[in-house]
Amino acid sequence: MGANIYKNKKLIWVFLLPAFLFMLVYLYYPFVQNILNSFRHIKYMGTAGGDWNSPWYINYTKLWADPKMRIALKNTGITIAATILGQVGIALLLSLLVSNIKAGSGFFRTVYFFPIVISATALGLLFNLVFLYDKGMVNQFLQFAGYLDRESNELIDWKSKHAMFTMLMPVIWQYVGFYFVILLTGLSGIPSELYEAATIDGGSKWQQVRFITLPLLRNSIGTCVILAVTGALKVFDLPWTMFVNGMSNTWLTGTYMYSKVYSDVDYASAIAVVIVLIGVILSALVNRIFRQNDDYQV
Amino acid sequence: MKKKISPGYTLIYLFLSLWALTTIFPLAWSVMNSFKDKKTIYHNSFALPVGSTFSLENYRSIFENYDILHAYRNSFIISGTVAAAVILLAGMAAYILCRYQFSGKRLLNLLLYAGMMFPIYSTIIPVLRMQAVWGIVNSPSVGKNLLSVILPQIAGNMSFAIIVLMGYIRTLPVELEEAAFLEGCSMFQTYFRIVFPLCKPSMVTVGIFSFLWSYNDLFTQMFFLRTKENWAITILLNNIASKEGVNYGALFSSVTLIVIPVLIVYIFLNKYIIKGMTVGAVKG
Repeated sequence: MGANIYKNKKLIWVFLLPAFLFMLVYLYYPFVQNILNSFRHIKYMGTAGGDWNSPWYINYTKLWADPKMRIALKNTGITIAATILGQVGIALLLSLLVSNIKAGSGFFRTVYFFPIVISATALGLLFNLVFLYDKGMVNQFLQFAGYLDRESNELIDWKSKHAMFTMLMPVIWQYVGFYFVILLTGLSGIPSELYEAATIDGGSKWQQVRFITLPLLRNSIGTCVILAVTGALKVFDLPWTMFVNGMSNTWLTGTYMYSKVYSDVDYASAIAVVIVLIGVILSALVNRIFRQNDDYQV
Repeated sequence: MKKKISPGYTLIYLFLSLWALTTIFPLAWSVMNSFKDKKTIYHNSFALPVGSTFSLENYRSIFENYDILHAYRNSFIISGTVAAAVILLAGMAAYILCRYQFSGKRLLNLLLYAGMMFPIYSTIIPVLRMQAVWGIVNSPSVGKNLLSVILPQIAGNMSFAIIVLMGYIRTLPVELEEAAFLEGCSMFQTYFRIVFPLCKPSMVTVGIFSFLWSYNDLFTQMFFLRTKENWAITILLNNIASKEGVNYGALFSSVTLIVIPVLIVYIFLNKYIIKGMTVGAVKG
């Protein structure tokens, strides 16, 4: 009888409508509206777009010339590179190591994933204390270890001297576990016969990783890189908690957009459009690089 | 069977434990310092809060100055409603998209995947205006303000949830639904009596994910919960952070207060949580 039972379609819209209505009203419609807004003059947050800007693309030329936007773009670029190398890199290393051990892999999985469920706001606050100038965790630790002089109370001002590092470290740290789990799942899909064959042929551990694991993991790594790129563009809570209002020139496209949202609404809309564009272009690019060869499908 | 532990394995465990330490230690450090007064924190933040250095002063002052319980209540109302609504609505849509063939299905699938691509930045301004027109933003009623956070968050989780649930419903055998059909069950009865209960594991995953996402989402809360009585826990924490600048004890204890409920839930449900947060991401 097969699909016979699904013949009566009269009422399927009752099931579909609520979910898609939500998305229509809260995602698709505002998304289009936002693009239009970026070409219009909006007086206050919460009012409708008025006249078209003249020229209509002025927000985008303003963006091009805005030094803060340049900083934000540069920092976002650094963030994307750091998340790809840092998050996916560390996650790859950890997952390769965990796939080699038998006891305790469940424990590491649970522990590594834990920071992801904590709110980035709480983590921002926590890392403010970790990197605190006067007796924060890192400075105190460095004093104990003898790297900083304890007698003269030598300290490092992390948040102004090493602002980008201080901001990115927790961002990277938080999500390593996420990519770790994805890569571990990918690794478990590689048949063990391949490794056995390689061992018989005299392949070293490193050669196995280089010629079996990495090529077969290509798709999983590609997924991780896309997620890292889009994730880096979304990051907001943690930088905002640690560096309010782009303190020490730590603007990111997201935080800069928020800072303009009440003072220059249509300009903020234009920044949001740029964020979307960067995301779409970079995802397409990463897709190209990692998915061109179907032979590697795991 | 005894095996000699090779130096290679020892190194692997050492390295893995080192990373585990970085995820455990900062939180343990925070909990530890929340029980110490300012002086002790300043003197040695690594010392355990035992004996005379143990103090509950930080917690007392936080509970006195901020309405933590009220913020928890608001958070649970918001995130609980979001999770429940997402489970209900996404499940129904996923069922139809999985089992029925109809015109326009391809378009809906396309919209579904597109729904995962919109960052919140690109929708928030028009959403705020729309909700302002409806009168649920900056309203004197707490319920309305909470609703103004709930609605966009439901939409934000919807496509993710539908995609995860579709993946699960696809693996269910159709025989049960056929039997129900022969018994004369309508589409509603088939879904709510047969399919919905079978989807429980996946529903739990989606529910937890939506709940946590909503609970932790500072950005939306910053737009819609602007006064004290409307604060949820994340925005409260953000405000404590800006007000208590150098009162480290208070900061440690508020971080601890926010993290502990999540930690407890995580200890019991980490399997579902890890699955929920990665499955959808990989599929999308």
